Amino acid sequence: MSAPGPLLEVAGLRTHFFTRSGVVKAVDDVSFALARGEVLGLVGESGSGKSITGYSIMGLVDPPGRIVAGSIRLSGRELVGLGHEEMRRLRGNRMAMVFQDPMMTLNPVMRIDRQMTETIRAHERVSAAAARARARAALVAVGIPSPDERLASYPHQFSGGMRQRVAIAIALLNRPDVVIADEPTTALDVTIQGQILHEMQKLTRDAGAALIWITHDLSVVAGLADRIAVMYAGRIVEHGRCADVLSQPAHPYTRGLLDSVPSRNPRGARLRQIPGMTPSLAALPEGCAFRERCPRAGPACAQAPAMQESGGRGVRCHDPLAAVAATAGP
Amino acid sequence: MPVYVIRRSLQALVVLFAMSLLVFAGVYAVGNPVDILINPQAEPLERERAIAALGLDKPLWEQYATFLRGAVAGDLGRSFVHSAPALQLILERMPATLELASAAMLIAVALGIPLGLWAGLRPDSVSGRAIMAGSILGFSLPTFWVGLMLIMVFSVMLGVLPSNGRGPTVEVLGVPVSFLTVEGWRHLVMPATNLALFKLALLIRLTRAGTREALLQDYVKFARAKGLSNARVILVHVLRNILIPIVTVIGLEFGSVIAFAIVTESVFAWPGMGKLLIDSINLLDRPVIVAYLLVIVALFIAINLVVDLLYSVLDPRVRLQEARG
Ligand SMILES: Nc1ncnc2c1ncn2[C@@H]1O[C@H](COP(=O)(O)OP(=O)(O)OP(=O)(O)O)[C@@H](O)[C@H]1O
Ligand SMILES: [Mg+2]
Repeated sequence: MSAPGPLLEVAGLRTHFFTRSGVVKAVDDVSFALARGEVLGLVGESGSGKSITGYSIMGLVDPPGRIVAGSIRLSGRELVGLGHEEMRRLRGNRMAMVFQDPMMTLNPVMRIDRQMTETIRAHERVSAAAARARARAALVAVGIPSPDERLASYPHQFSGGMRQRVAIAIALLNRPDVVIADEPTTALDVTIQGQILHEMQKLTRDAGAALIWITHDLSVVAGLADRIAVMYAGRIVEHGRCADVLSQPAHPYTRGLLDSVPSRNPRGARLRQIPGMTPSLAALPEGCAFRERCPRAGPACAQAPAMQESGGRGVRCHDPLAAVAATAGP
Repeated sequence: MPVYVIRRSLQALVVLFAMSLLVFAGVYAVGNPVDILINPQAEPLERERAIAALGLDKPLWEQYATFLRGAVAGDLGRSFVHSAPALQLILERMPATLELASAAMLIAVALGIPLGLWAGLRPDSVSGRAIMAGSILGFSLPTFWVGLMLIMVFSVMLGVLPSNGRGPTVEVLGVPVSFLTVEGWRHLVMPATNLALFKLALLIRLTRAGTREALLQDYVKFARAKGLSNARVILVHVLRNILIPIVTVIGLEFGSVIAFAIVTESVFAWPGMGKLLIDSINLLDRPVIVAYLLVIVALFIAINLVVDLLYSVLDPRVRLQEARG
């Protein structure tokens, strides 16, 4: 398959929730592209719209939420507006998702083998034995010992880390082109986090899958992602190559995030926090959503800044820290 | 597992013993059956003889000791009124009540789970709201009133269904049942519906609440993310989870359906245990009352045991406790 253009292309995506208390613009004009085998780190505070971006791609946004605008193309094929059955055929097959809390993602009353084989048989006509063999191989691949015994177990017989491995094995069962990992290590303890991170990176690389790694922790994506997109209040405020963004953040929000990462600060130094709180998405003021918390905010910020792109980098700021904007323009 | 069943059975014996003691003393406190059973115009000597024949001349503790001795051997005493063993009277009436209760439960389950599922999947739709409104009616209308209304409409006004009795029965393995003949069904359907109504309302609400809660769970979203069809997500992933509380409630409610059958049996003159109990209470027929309650308690205990066993089959997280009670 040699589709021209990127594997996954999201353009101008807007996903809004129509609630009683108003329209929540959870995702509001998000664009990015992902090449085959590439790893994108999607970073942002809680409530910035990372998960909803992932759900939008997977076609898993539930009412009262709805994709109101934009386009999502997978290998050139438009997913927005695709029928239920066509979308179902892609889910778990060409694209897969791993969730944050491994204690909740597996069905507690179904055996692991059934939860795995049904994923295969939802997309392919294979015998029960063949599906089981593939499920077993997938468990081995994610480093689960005594897979035969494990296949016959129930989720409660696994530790959190093991459950997340099973969820990852399920996500990779049908060799998807895109894997969306929604903070899959956040709920795990630190040593397991590292292992899972490492394995997931290796597995997706081996499978040639592109990976969207969602996290609120910049230090997690630092060694993992090829590119980073920073989200704030439903928008991507900065994106670029991982090393560029980390060494030379252009958006004051990215700077703030970096300053609050413990490992990047000298020992004993007080961690700097971004002042204030994430604004309510239902009542977002006009202009830059970050301006109330921004140390550099000026009068210009009353107008929403547009994304300024140059050389594979982009920033949505009137007064960026780094010289991204300098080369931008007509 | 066998250990578990044995221990539960021993617990059951203790409960039965305590129950018999309470009921014995309770009926004694309510009134003296002698006043009802023996002709007030009888000669004093004849009176004495009748009292002695019923064993009511002895002190209460001695009467209880006699009862207990018999009970251990499976004899719960003879009815004061009918000249037959109390247990036999009850067992003769039991199939009618069990059939009525089973039919009612079947109606409640067969309608309640699908309706509840539907209402849970579409809580804001007109049909979903209509189902909920109906279940509120089912909860709030008194059983006897609904029974009378059913008789009014279907027996009196339309004249399509018989208003009382059980109709002809067919013996299956020595047990008389009515569900095998059309005429039997015509007699069964109204009282069973009447008895089912409350449980139907309960099951609708339970299923709906369970469905709504399950739909919010990550495992449902993950199941959809795997590309499973909606039907499979709902009928396998959601239903298997909500079935756990539903089965528990069905089991426990089955006992109460048998107990509640008293009202319906009275309204429809259904010849079951409940009607026998009412008659026996009116006549202070203590052996029958005691035997009835012991049988009901034994049924409850047996049902609870079955529910527990089923529960452990349905929910892998539940392991029957071998060590503790
Ligand atoms: N069903 C819903 N109804 C209304 N608003 C919703 C709904 N689901 C999500 N939102 C809103 O969408 C916004 C983005 O949510 P999202 O789950 O994408 O955040 P996130 O970046 O993944 O945060 P976290 O790190 O906490 O997972 C949130 O502010 C939330 O209030
Ligand atoms: Mg999230």
